[in-house]
Amino acid sequence: MTVSSPPVKLEKPPQNYLNWAFGIKSWLLTTDHKRIAILYLITVTLFFALGGLAASLVRFELITPQGDLMSADNYNKSFTLHGMLMVFFFLIPGIPAVMGNFLIPLMIGAKDLAFPRLNLASWYVFMVGGLFTMTVIVVGGVDTGWTFYTPYSSTYSNGAVILAALGIFAAGFASIFTAINFVVTIHKMRAPGLTWFRLPLFVWAHYATSIIILLGTPVLAITILMVGIERMFKIGIFDPALGGDPLLFQHLFWFYSHPAVYIMVLPSMGVISELITAFTRRRIFGYKAIALSSLAIALLGFLVWGHHMFVSGQSVYAGLVFSAITFMVAIPSAIKVFNWTATLFKGTISFTTPMLYALGFIGLFTIGGLTGLFLGAAAVDVHVTDTYFVVAHFHYVMVGATIMAYMGAIHFWWPKITGKLYNEGWGISSAIIIFVGFNLTFMPQFIMGYLGMPRRYYAYPDEFQIYHIASSAGAAILAFGYVLPLFYLLYSLFFGPKAGDNPWNAKGLEWTTASPPPHENFEETPIVTEEAYAYPVPQKAEVTSGA
Amino acid sequence: MSVATPYVEPAHHEHHELPYSEQLRNNRLGLWLFFTSEAFMFIGLLSSRFYLWGNTRPDLDQTLGLIVTSVLLVSSFFMNRAETAIAHDDRPEFLRSLLITAALGIAFLVGVVGFEWQGHIGPSDGAYGAVLFGMTGMHALHVVSGVIFILIVWNNGRKGSFSAERHWGVEACAIWWHYVDLVWVFFYPALYLMGHVVHG
Repeated sequence: MTVSSPPVKLEKPPQNYLNWAFGIKSWLLTTDHKRIAILYLITVTLFFALGGLAASLVRFELITPQGDLMSADNYNKSFTLHGMLMVFFFLIPGIPAVMGNFLIPLMIGAKDLAFPRLNLASWYVFMVGGLFTMTVIVVGGVDTGWTFYTPYSSTYSNGAVILAALGIFAAGFASIFTAINFVVTIHKMRAPGLTWFRLPLFVWAHYATSIIILLGTPVLAITILMVGIERMFKIGIFDPALGGDPLLFQHLFWFYSHPAVYIMVLPSMGVISELITAFTRRRIFGYKAIALSSLAIALLGFLVWGHHMFVSGQSVYAGLVFSAITFMVAIPSAIKVFNWTATLFKGTISFTTPMLYALGFIGLFTIGGLTGLFLGAAAVDVHVTDTYFVVAHFHYVMVGATIMAYMGAIHFWWPKITGKLYNEGWGISSAIIIFVGFNLTFMPQFIMGYLGMPRRYYAYPDEFQIYHIASSAGAAILAFGYVLPLFYLLYSLFFGPKAGDNPWNAKGLEWTTASPPPHENFEETPIVTEEAYAYPVPQKAEVTSGA
Repeated sequence: MSVATPYVEPAHHEHHELPYSEQLRNNRLGLWLFFTSEAFMFIGLLSSRFYLWGNTRPDLDQTLGLIVTSVLLVSSFFMNRAETAIAHDDRPEFLRSLLITAALGIAFLVGVVGFEWQGHIGPSDGAYGAVLFGMTGMHALHVVSGVIFILIVWNNGRKGSFSAERHWGVEACAIWWHYVDLVWVFFYPALYLMGHVVHG
């Protein structure tokens, strides 16, 4: 056998994905998953800021018992805008479209996602959805709440319901595109040797999330479409006056919107598994249990929607079954929490910024999860339905947990994304500020909710004022905590020290390539020979007899 | 003794495109995932039908229902014929079968939109009208997209695209058409056959 030509010595390309091409067109027409992740990062940050602004209007109004800052109408529009933007334009796309987009190909040793152009299309469709939502604000807002309950939304509301529905419809399609990309990529494009049970748990979590997005989102799409059509053409699907049934809307809406909570929190759980192993320098406890519990959550999450409807008039027996399954869905979530705790146990923990966020996540998620059991018990739920107890519960689960993980992820992978290190002191401070602010905002809401303060009211009896003031003060602290990273992260982008390939000394394929990664992700396709999180097992001290 | 061949970057390095066979595998899985997703939208419509109509149905023209259903089923046969033809490099048969499929698809649309929709039930006639028009409307929208897809494939095929080895476009179009057909297989009994007739 002859060797025809000497092996071509490939020089290490000096390029990375950021300097690979320049100009606005190279960003807006990119098919590089890393650049699309950055596009998503910028846009969801903007939507988060807008949603936060709407939340501050709500918290300002609630400082005094009287409705004095704004009219009831504008108050309704503020909390609706807050909910819509945060749920559909930040929490749902946040971790998958930003971190998942950036990391999944890197974590599995692929050059890109399976359908790079579909990935770009996803961002554009998302932007169209955002545009509709911005138009809603310009033409006077919408006041239905993010839940769009019929027949109010389809018949009586004067707001821009149809525009808002179109915005959500588009954002939903964007997430379906992303989910298809993730599932195909994870199935077909793993590096040689990277078997399913060697995948990082971040990837498992995104796989489960993608399945929920694929199966749930189309139901929301058709529901919201029917609301729009009923509103435009007066056909009777949800409005009893036209021959429809409002309960049908609630069934369809929650069939998506309950699993949507898991769309928000499953990717977060994936992030936490990465952070905890990296900063305890240990293999994760119960890898398979965590991986499979993600799938269990995805499955069971589809069977509990009726717990949003305990007082809606659905059959008592349906309520009973939904309550029982709701308790069951707590099991896989608890499996994760216990496994993380077991991983921490006797680990050598470094309290870095991302790790603080991870620990914050476990705390907030546990509080949110346990109060979820209060609400899953039908008898207790009747007492606290539509009170601030519910508001506090879902903020702990969806917002507290998800934002902790999102911020943790941004800080953990920031050196990989940008190649720069941020200031650890500032990072730690803002993590603590956010944790304190969040609890101060929402803990009082549990109390006032249990005492009977209903949600979505802009005026309230004097006895609740002390809780509202505490909550608004917490919100101010929280806002400060959110703004801080904007400054020190941007500062690091220009003046931060170089990060190096693996500043945390963490395991995972993404840390084996350059920071920032080259356009092609890896110079050559990596070959995986070990399980995930293969941190060295500490040697047991030799027990010797005293002789 | 074999010498390990040095790793040479493939020619498509710059755009890192996958080899055709791998891309085909990915495309197939991607398309089926999209179908699964779409299925849940149609399931949402079906659930609305069962929720609102229960064990009843409106009085629809049975003959018309049978005719449009048959037309759509027969169209799937010709779609399959087209796909098989291009796999055997029989371009004239491929193009002819595509046109027949599209024509049958249009005949189906004429039956639903031109006749069924002009019957005694309008979209504003309570839950019966709303569900009937919602389901047939959403399905018709998919048939329209399928016909457009077929015509695009036909036009590209006429200009010489596709070969026996490479015809993912045809394959995707065919699966899409069969899928739309399959949805009707569920919609037809739900609208025309199940439950007892309620007049009015």
